[in-house]
Amino acid sequence: MDFNPVLPTSLDALHLLLAVVVLILLLFLILRAGRKTTATPVPPAADSAPAPAPKPEPPVLQTSDPVSALQLLGLLQQEARFVDFLQEDLKGFDDAEIGAVARVVHEGAAKLLGQYFTLEPVRSEQEETRITLEPGFDPAANRVTGNVVGEPPFSGTLVHRGWRASRAELPRLASHHDVRILAPAEVEL
Amino acid sequence: MSGADRFNVGIDLGTTNSVLAYLKPESAGDQGQVLAIDQVTQPGLVEARDQLPSFLYQTHEAEVSTGELALPWGSGGPQLVGQGARFLGAKTPLRLVASAKSWLCHGGVDRHSALLPLNAPEEVPKISPVAASATYLAHLQAAWDYRYPQQPLAQQNITLTVPASFDPAARDLTAEAARSLGLDNLTLLEEPQAALYAWVHASGEQWREQLQVGDLVLVVDIGGGTTDLSLVAVTEEAGNLALNRVAVGDHILLGGDNMDLALAYRIKAKLEAEGKTLQSWQIQALTHGCRDAKESLLEHPDEQAVPLVVPSRGSRLMGSTLRTELTREEVEQTLVDGFFPQVPITEHPRQAPRGGLTQMGLPYAQDAGITRHLAAFLCRQSHAADAFLSPGVDFIKPTAILLNGGVLKAPQLADRLLAVINGWLQPAGAPPARLLSGADLDRAVARGAAYYGYVRQGHGVRIRGGLASAFYVGIESAMPAVPGMPPPLQALCVAPFGMEEGSATSPSAQQFGLVVGEPVTFRFFGSTVRRDDTPGTLLDHWDDAELEELPPIQVTLPAEGRAAGEVVPVQLAARVNELGTLRLEAIAVGDQQRWQVELDVRENAL
Repeated sequence: MDFNPVLPTSLDALHLLLAVVVLILLLFLILRAGRKTTATPVPPAADSAPAPAPKPEPPVLQTSDPVSALQLLGLLQQEARFVDFLQEDLKGFDDAEIGAVARVVHEGAAKLLGQYFTLEPVRSEQEETRITLEPGFDPAANRVTGNVVGEPPFSGTLVHRGWRASRAELPRLASHHDVRILAPAEVEL
Repeated sequence: MSGADRFNVGIDLGTTNSVLAYLKPESAGDQGQVLAIDQVTQPGLVEARDQLPSFLYQTHEAEVSTGELALPWGSGGPQLVGQGARFLGAKTPLRLVASAKSWLCHGGVDRHSALLPLNAPEEVPKISPVAASATYLAHLQAAWDYRYPQQPLAQQNITLTVPASFDPAARDLTAEAARSLGLDNLTLLEEPQAALYAWVHASGEQWREQLQVGDLVLVVDIGGGTTDLSLVAVTEEAGNLALNRVAVGDHILLGGDNMDLALAYRIKAKLEAEGKTLQSWQIQALTHGCRDAKESLLEHPDEQAVPLVVPSRGSRLMGSTLRTELTREEVEQTLVDGFFPQVPITEHPRQAPRGGLTQMGLPYAQDAGITRHLAAFLCRQSHAADAFLSPGVDFIKPTAILLNGGVLKAPQLADRLLAVINGWLQPAGAPPARLLSGADLDRAVARGAAYYGYVRQGHGVRIRGGLASAFYVGIESAMPAVPGMPPPLQALCVAPFGMEEGSATSPSAQQFGLVVGEPVTFRFFGSTVRRDDTPGTLLDHWDDAELEELPPIQVTLPAEGRAAGEVVPVQLAARVNELGTLRLEAIAVGDQQRWQVELDVRENAL
């Protein structure tokens, strides 16, 4: 696969933006995943309890609580003008202009990520190298794709290192605080 | 709770940020901890941060509901302290109290009078500089007590830091703010000393290898709003290394905030040259952007420019965003050359660092050249360490430098500062000064203050200091009036340089007649260079640079037991209490009755 070499260089800014958006969406997923694990305690690992297999629990679907999602969205708007940006119609603006705004979004969102989350790669190996997944690997943290047949150990190419949020703490909220207001209307007197 | 069971708490009540660090009882092996301070960061949100911005915002009742200002320990408001105050105040500065600490040492105003925010409309509640400082302390206290309900802050050993350049009245007022909250186990410590304690603590036993007898450490502390200088001589006492703080600098209102502002105005000029006009909110956003861009440029020497983007205020981002960039050249010209110019040791600030005492508004430094202020300090203090080291010629020559304050985290600024100082030392035949490294520049003062509490319990090395100034009372000579000539003034030394905590002077030989029931005001002077005057020394003349006039002092003899209008002869005596603040007393010659002399005269109001 070849990239077209005549693409304008300012596309970098767009890539940057894309990366930010992907990261943020990922974060929402992580937050939700995190909530799930706290809601249903994980049974102890198999090797420590070799006796009877734990009774399979009936699958439970939970509705995710929108409060922290709204709060994060509000903070993203505050720090990175995230909502403003996504609500814009980008047609008719050149890449340089979009790139300038992408910096605002990137800088703000990156600062916010650093402040409220600690992110680390799931796997420490280099991407595009061969790795082996031993039996009992965590399928939530390691997604196998492609030729998924047979039994572990699986050997394959690490396409993406993954991200894990090892710390996620959002500001505490006053009980009266309306998180649906992502940004208040501002009136200068 | 006995002394040894207490936490040693250090509080850095800064001009722009406050930090609280602590050591667990009887522990010095670890580096201590910094309290994560719960604060409202914007309406409705509470976060714990290591720094509490020293800002206070008087909310309007229609602006935010009190529920939005709730703190973990109870409902807040209508006053908001910390990051949230800064957040709201950025857009509504007329309700924001900032730099209360600088007002605390501003002798031209009554520091107990509710004057902040300055020039705010009538309906905005006002608060005095002392009360504002107490409010920040109260917030720290509440955050601590919430975290350690079993060990309330009032029962711990507290070391509160003050700039080395604070005059006795400002120190007293700082202590008063703390005492008003019941923080009685209190000691004051000069910030540069605290930074040195933090370095000693962080270095462990290694510090004895990095400093030798004969070393002279220059502490340069550049905070957000102020620059503070001190010199510490390393000597030997009974075979051990001893540290002596031998000199402190003037109070210079110049710091990192000035630098960000200078850059923003430079960018503004650049944009205006391109025909773009900026509104005040854009300049504010630009200042903010410049701070980050500056840090990036100063940290990465290979970066040539950092883009600066000021988004529009409205929800439309595209098409109305202001774009420019901050270049390396601009940063170097504005910050490195502007604030740290390469000047000879003989080049001093173009104007006196402190203006007249009567001026309104803060006496900001007129000359932004920090190196010029430093050159003036080193020249003025040329004989500061004569008692310990070989006499200084022309200027005093530090052998080691300890940096403190967020500004000096930028390697390029620290390097330039060191280069300028070494540029002075080399022609004078002195070896280059070395940099004492390894301190956490933002939190060192609080950490060092916490460690000082431990040192006071008899561990480790203690920096000897005492009063950093000699103090004088002005006496108008009795002589026939000459038209157009003010009566000549003499200065009577009442407290000598280096007077230590817990010591007192004997009553002056001079007697003063005080009228019972009427306040009597004296002119008051301090000198950081006259180190040999003993109490009772009477000066007939002095250089302007030698003695600096401080706010006047005042004593009122209560009428009880005496006839109103009676003139009582008194003598003056000085005492430095355990807290580290100066007390002047008037002692009646006959019955030895004592009265407190007020260092902060309230009459001298706006």
